[in-house]
Amino acid sequence: MINFVTGPLFTLSLAVFALGLIFRMVAYVAGLDGKADRIAYRAHTDRSIPGIFASIIKWLIPGGSRGWRAQPVAAVLFFLLHFGAVLVPLFLLGHTVILENSWFGISLPALPADLADLLSILSLVALVLLVVRRIRLAKLRILTTAGDWFILFLTIMPFLTGIVARFELCGNYEGWMLAHVLFGELFLILAPFTKLSHIALFFMSRAQIGMDYAIKRGGAARGGAFPW
Amino acid sequence: MSEMLCTPKPLTTKEEIHTLLQDKGGAKYYAQMKQMKVDTEALARDVEAACKSSRTRTWLSLCARCGMCAESCFLYQANDQDPKQVPSYKFQSTLGELVRRKGQVDTEFMLHCMEVAWSQCTCCNRCSLYCPHGIDTGVLISILRGLLFKHGFVPWELKIGSGMHRVYGAQMDVSQEDWLDTCEWMVDENSDEWPGLEIPVDKEDADIMYILNAREVKHYPDDIAKAAILFHVAGENWTVPSEGWENTSLTMFAGDWEGAANNVKRIYKSVEKLRPKTVVGTECGHAHRATVVEGPYWAGQPDGDPPVKFMHYVEWVAMALRTGKLKIDPAKKIKVRCTLQDSCNYVRNNGLGKYTREIMSYIAEDFVEMSSCGDHNYCCGGGGGFNGVGLYRKQRNVGLKMKLKQIQDTGAELVIAPCHNCWDAIRDMMEEYEVHNIKWSFLKPLLVDMIQIPENIEHNPQE
Repeated sequence: MINFVTGPLFTLSLAVFALGLIFRMVAYVAGLDGKADRIAYRAHTDRSIPGIFASIIKWLIPGGSRGWRAQPVAAVLFFLLHFGAVLVPLFLLGHTVILENSWFGISLPALPADLADLLSILSLVALVLLVVRRIRLAKLRILTTAGDWFILFLTIMPFLTGIVARFELCGNYEGWMLAHVLFGELFLILAPFTKLSHIALFFMSRAQIGMDYAIKRGGAARGGAFPW
Repeated sequence: MSEMLCTPKPLTTKEEIHTLLQDKGGAKYYAQMKQMKVDTEALARDVEAACKSSRTRTWLSLCARCGMCAESCFLYQANDQDPKQVPSYKFQSTLGELVRRKGQVDTEFMLHCMEVAWSQCTCCNRCSLYCPHGIDTGVLISILRGLLFKHGFVPWELKIGSGMHRVYGAQMDVSQEDWLDTCEWMVDENSDEWPGLEIPVDKEDADIMYILNAREVKHYPDDIAKAAILFHVAGENWTVPSEGWENTSLTMFAGDWEGAANNVKRIYKSVEKLRPKTVVGTECGHAHRATVVEGPYWAGQPDGDPPVKFMHYVEWVAMALRTGKLKIDPAKKIKVRCTLQDSCNYVRNNGLGKYTREIMSYIAEDFVEMSSCGDHNYCCGGGGGFNGVGLYRKQRNVGLKMKLKQIQDTGAELVIAPCHNCWDAIRDMMEEYEVHNIKWSFLKPLLVDMIQIPENIEHNPQE
């Protein structure tokens, strides 16, 4: 069973994930309608290219944008979640072994085990606190739909099962590990079709608003990028 | 009065405007609106067309409902953090629903959308700076306004305003004759004090063509005189067009994109005819946005640029002070503490905040910034048409509290507001909340009192 889920099923999941997200990005660019958006996307590349980079990079750095600084608690939780969510799936030793032995044969360096453990635990803590935030704050209760809970569930389960298995918190290591792999693969398969697509579309959407401000909304007066 | 006042059709004749104006406050208009059926088939098509860009569809689906936008909205803050005022909620519960239900909605839903579109969002776009995904609620609400206008669910005043633009080429019933008479009158009024003052009409190949707000013609003609005096003193070779002189756009506020396109094309046509090097627009925020930022797209300009260089009035003033065309008498600089109201439409949405600050460095001795300013300013509370809609006057007055607090926190006695909507909102907040120790002003009257008169300019001070 474990051989099947870490073998062919893993290959399939990762293929759906990668191809799906690539498709979403291509479809995004192809679907941009400069006339409807009232943005001359092809014009003024001298401003739009710096506009794209500033818009993405400033929002990738903790505290890099005024938006992050305005909401420090939420920002800390988002970043803690995302450090683990980006680094652990790619660079945890067990993951790199599966990836290298898979059809993809990609070899990635591995994180020190302690660091990977810490990142995973911090991500899970951040997720739990984000759940609490979503329940506690009126501004979020009114926004939250069943879909948002499903996304949180999809994100929590790989961490939770992974940590339980890794530290053998509830016995039955193999069962928890199987659950972990399956939840991880469920996440991969559903990512392109849900809000998890922000893994790729975050970059596209930020690039777009960066272009909007650089091309049309003041880029000429500001001398290029918007100073997020 | 049994005629239909509320229909999806825009007003296109003087008679239609007159009839709707007779319906005081739109009582009958709104009563009819409540009975108006939604053409769901047409709405479905219009929603599809309005949201066809992947940008818009991605914004609606990608929104993480994370609430990061909430505090960025002045209406959320001014309404004691009412969750219904969270920007994300506003577009999800309106445009988002229209898309998800593919236009299959009823009249009640459209009335709810109208209330959100014109009383809960001024399209100031501040939230777009605070969304991690770069979602711009102001743009989405503007798309919603377009759909609502097309289906007749638009506040009474904005329906009339859109009609005014379509019929008179101006936001109010100012004819070409009224406009030209006002120019002549202002020259007559001021030529004793300023011999040689003129307002050249339709001069070809001038350096500057000046365009303005119809309110100045109808209610504040002195503003036109002051503009003329400042151009005269600065020695500018300038003109005004007899047609295409009005740059405001209640059509933009109303979501009447066809009307908005007609406005800007009228101005660009006068540019083509008179061939000025530069066009300078008066101290108005939305007029700049409608003519210089969005306008080029409505007019089909390649690369999204206007046909010649367009400047907001603050850009011209900053340039005139920088180059010495206008010189400030140091003894007459503003002594009292003053602050500056950034107009969303030309500061956040066109990057001109550096020019207003450059002006302040020349004219003010004790200038204090508001707590959140420049690109991150809060809306004055009256933008996007909010000032003008009687139905939402109460909501507007609540919204004014945020800016009033910002102003009071600076300790300023004077607010410089180079924007008509901001100026109105500040006037109204001082009246509504009975604040009597703070004044507000456009730039022109301050500058006229402050400039040094060069020797070659004849000036006979009055009184």
